Amino acid sequence: MTSVTRTPDQAAAVLAAVWSALGTVLDPELDEPLTHLGFVSHCLVTEDGEVRVRLRLPTYFCAPNFAYLMVADSYDAVSAVPGVRSVSVKLEDHFAASVINDGVARRSGFVGSFPGEAVNELDDLRADFLRRAVLAGTDRVCRAMITAGVDRFTLTDLTLGDAPEGADRERLRSRRRELGLPSGDSDPLVLDPATGEAVTDIRTHLGLARLTRVSQEANSGVCRGMLLGRYGVKEER
Amino acid sequence: MYVKDGVKYFVVDGHTHFWDASPANWVPGQEEYAKGWIECFHAYQSLGPAQTHWPIEKFQKYSEEQMMTDLFDEGHVDVAIFQPTDLRQWYTTGFNTTETNGELAERHPGKFVVNTNWDPRDGDDGLKALEERARRWGCKGVKLYTAEWKGDSRGWSLKSPEAARYLEKCQELGIKNVHVHKGPTIWPLDKDAFDVSDVDHAATNFPELNFVVEHVGLPRIEDFCFMATQEPNVYAGLSVVVGGLMHARPRFFAKVMGELLFWLGEDRLVFGADYAIWEPRWQVEGFVDWQMPDGEEFSDYGKLSVTAKKKILGLNAAKLYDLKVPPECDVDAPEVEPVGVPAS
Repeated sequence: MTSVTRTPDQAAAVLAAVWSALGTVLDPELDEPLTHLGFVSHCLVTEDGEVRVRLRLPTYFCAPNFAYLMVADSYDAVSAVPGVRSVSVKLEDHFAASVINDGVARRSGFVGSFPGEAVNELDDLRADFLRRAVLAGTDRVCRAMITAGVDRFTLTDLTLGDAPEGADRERLRSRRRELGLPSGDSDPLVLDPATGEAVTDIRTHLGLARLTRVSQEANSGVCRGMLLGRYGVKEER
Repeated sequence: MYVKDGVKYFVVDGHTHFWDASPANWVPGQEEYAKGWIECFHAYQSLGPAQTHWPIEKFQKYSEEQMMTDLFDEGHVDVAIFQPTDLRQWYTTGFNTTETNGELAERHPGKFVVNTNWDPRDGDDGLKALEERARRWGCKGVKLYTAEWKGDSRGWSLKSPEAARYLEKCQELGIKNVHVHKGPTIWPLDKDAFDVSDVDHAATNFPELNFVVEHVGLPRIEDFCFMATQEPNVYAGLSVVVGGLMHARPRFFAKVMGELLFWLGEDRLVFGADYAIWEPRWQVEGFVDWQMPDGEEFSDYGKLSVTAKKKILGLNAAKLYDLKVPPECDVDAPEVEPVGVPAS
């Protein structure tokens, strides 16, 4: 956060880096990057390294705990980009926007931002969504394997390394790692995301994994539709 | 009644409103919330077909004639169930109250079921008022909004002892259907309105009451489905599922329906159009025409029979509310050949 960008080219390079940093920030519920969802409405880098980001959400009443996570994570991700001198992240058109924006800017934490109203920081909430992401990711990986001919009842004997290489497997690995669950190639392909223990009832586990993925994707669909209705724009890519 | 291909469907709209969210009804000092609330609802309407979208002014306050036309003349609805949402903190005379709904229902006998509501934060006075409303309007159901703001409080839980008192009162008054809003809006801060665990708790403690989870707990149907598989007195209210997904996101609609049928079965799904967010006509017609798509992606799910559609569109709700179903609409009725098509 100390270097100063001096030329338009350098500013453009920082902008690209800032955009890809924002691409690592997820809507915790949907497990998708803000940049894919169209939640970043504005991203500007000045020649002296000031970054201004504006976020928008599908409704005025999106839950403030998720909104807080997204604003705070954006702040952290952008702050870590080399060449960035100062960061401002503003959530717009939201009933709690000013409280969230000020709280993140002052690094007050969620409880500090909502004195008297919030009891817990958001670590538990984040972990809960990560466990859901692991379940949804398990469906993505295992469904493809079953379609390719793998007997579903043998999945409990396989390891993460046995799954086909690709983005779905790496996304699953990454979410498991964030939760502190075993995530190496020799670790089990399916495990209980709450306990990390082996799965015994694979039928029920796969059913829950499928249901969780359907839920996540249906919500993503509703959010994209609402954003389109609210701002008249398709998500940015 | 809706007739398609010779099949007669008795349609119960399990979720309807008559609201006033016009600026004249905004509480001074609370305009931001009153405006934000109705604009949020209005955004949901955009998920329906374009020709059914309304301008915001009409959406804020619509006429009784408009509602009767949209539901009964054009919307194929036989009986509609009012689900009140007071929001008196933001709307001076309330947003969509038992009284307003009840007066409209009295002008149109036989067309509406009038549900009421309660809030455990209202204590003894609330219990008394609930009894008065229930007797006045003959209520057999309540709509609960656990995320409703009141003073400094941003919501409440069905697990609380205060809520249990009200549930006991419901049993005493013959109110047997408890509709709980668990859906996509808010419960600010770290309290979580999407959490259906309080319904689980209440459904276990009150096995004689039916709990209809409106909007199936979206955005977390996985929690809802798992809870509902364990609680036989829990039902899925399909408003938002049909209105929000069938047109805008048909693939996900198919999967959500597939999951609900997989975990709950066809006897515990209750249609609701969620008027005036969405009109019933395109939902009823679309649902009758709808079928689970073919293809690998949907291979875990079964096809939907005509019997299942009849139950979901009306018969299940009719059973919960003791509504009289014309024999020709019942599932036991022989299927009639379309007019002009000779029996083979």
